Amino acid sequence: MIVLTIARLTLAEAARRRLFLALIILTALAVALTGWGFAQLSSVQFPTGGDVTPEAARSLIVSQVLILVTFMFSFVLALSAAFISAPVMAEDLESGVVLAILARPVRRIELLLGKWLGVLLLIGGYAVISGVVELLVVDLTTGYLPPEPVQAVVLLVAEATVLLTLTLTLSTRVSAIASGIIAVVLFGVTWILGIVGGIGDAFDTSQLSLVGAVGRTLLPTDALWRGAVFHLEPAAVLLAYEQSGRNVAAIFPFAATQPLAPAFLAWCAAWIVLVLAIGWWSFRRREL
Amino acid sequence: MSGDADPAIRTDTLVKRFGSTTALDGLTMAVPRGEVFGFLGPNGAGKTTAVKVLLGLTRPTAGDGEILGRPLGDLTARRRIGYLPELFRYQAWLTGRELLLLHCRLARMPRASHAAAADEALGLVGLSERANDRIAGYSKGMQQRLGVGAALLGRPELVFLDEPTSALDPVGRMEMRPLIRGLRDRGTTVFLNSHLLTEVEQVCDRVAIVDRGKVVAMGTLEDLLAAREVALRLGGLDAAGRAVVAGFGEVREDGEWLFVRGLAEDRVPVLVDALVGAGVRVYAVEPRHESLEERFSALVTRTAA
Repeated sequence: MIVLTIARLTLAEAARRRLFLALIILTALAVALTGWGFAQLSSVQFPTGGDVTPEAARSLIVSQVLILVTFMFSFVLALSAAFISAPVMAEDLESGVVLAILARPVRRIELLLGKWLGVLLLIGGYAVISGVVELLVVDLTTGYLPPEPVQAVVLLVAEATVLLTLTLTLSTRVSAIASGIIAVVLFGVTWILGIVGGIGDAFDTSQLSLVGAVGRTLLPTDALWRGAVFHLEPAAVLLAYEQSGRNVAAIFPFAATQPLAPAFLAWCAAWIVLVLAIGWWSFRRREL
Repeated sequence: MSGDADPAIRTDTLVKRFGSTTALDGLTMAVPRGEVFGFLGPNGAGKTTAVKVLLGLTRPTAGDGEILGRPLGDLTARRRIGYLPELFRYQAWLTGRELLLLHCRLARMPRASHAAAADEALGLVGLSERANDRIAGYSKGMQQRLGVGAALLGRPELVFLDEPTSALDPVGRMEMRPLIRGLRDRGTTVFLNSHLLTEVEQVCDRVAIVDRGKVVAMGTLEDLLAAREVALRLGGLDAAGRAVVAGFGEVREDGEWLFVRGLAEDRVPVLVDALVGAGVRVYAVEPRHESLEERFSALVTRTAA
């Protein structure tokens, strides 16, 4: 099957260009560093006799630090998704490698889907492996595990998938470097729109809420990040947010008060299909 | 030839415009099966655009055509076609063998045949020894030979070679000729895109000369080069002598030689008699065929670019 052949070729290229190796070494470093940090945290003596037990205080702090670490991780994942997928199509178009491929009985949709699948497997594989390792390290050093780690990792992969799909579609027309930069800037803009929308939600300002809603509909990366955060929050944190009255948690990009609605998840899936379809349409019409 | 009724390639007034630039301006031609077809033209004549349109890589603005009896861009026809792009367009991080195996998969050849097909192609282009080296380490000539090998995988019915010898040294060019002739001998149609006249003259059965996106001459080499001429080296040529020469055909001068075009061989002694009669001294008379180069430069208008 041609799509799988192209996906395999994309993975082989990443491996041969030492992309795997670079990702593994850097991630191992990051995991080791955060592992050391968590170990330090677990040796801190928390005072006894207050409202919360020392164990509860420790897991509360660990959970919040883990969310911050996950944010860094999601940022690296987003950057990787953009900058790995940008050259995958654009460079082959610029160098003319696509000429030799498409002169074969290969449809353009097969080439596009193969590249998409290849990058997805690369990024998804990386996210799953490094996520599992990081969570294991946290569990070993502190004894804490977030309530729903699997859902969180799946949503992070979904966030990266959204961004890689956007980048790949852009790169059917725009140079590799421009596609990568546009995608990363849009990722940043949606993150800010998420905060703006959160302010709107917290203070019942419908116009700001609308800005947030438009942002997460057009590019659901930040919403998927918030969805992931929800699954990392222990019950005590969620309870505290609930008791705080106003939805202040919505302002903070490292907090979430509710899971993503199934309808929104369906929209994310539709968004990916739609943007891929636009990429196909654009690639089909492109002169080689 | 039976190929005339069912040509490998047929195009009907193909037009391709890029913005205000016209790359193909009503390209009409037929390439019979089993022949080596030379597609000849100056740089920018539209040769590569024509190949891309024929392969379905680019859509024509107007006109249409058929390739191996199927419409342009047809996927099933592409299973039976090999293509060497103009410049090296392959994944340089693969080894030679890996690249050929990849193209076996892309060509949807039966899996069991891949290894043998790759070995055959490597042998044909003399790269068996370097098969397991990265392509990035190949010389330009080896890369081009590998590209030819990829184009020949699975014994296609039709092979497009876009400037196949541009990166080869003289020895490499000489080695390419028997390879192309060998393809014809086993019934493969070869579409050879080139601006190298000697190359085309030596291997092609039929030639189309293109200029500014149009075929300006097409036929077998014998047809195209049928025009004969006589080269003369003369002494004491005065106006009267020149008038005598002009009476025998179109005359051009190149250094101390005069060329008379379109003169049949049996008329040569008559011309010599007339010149001697007019008091002109005749040092040399050389009847000859027009070369492809002369025919080409007569047909192709040079643009300022």
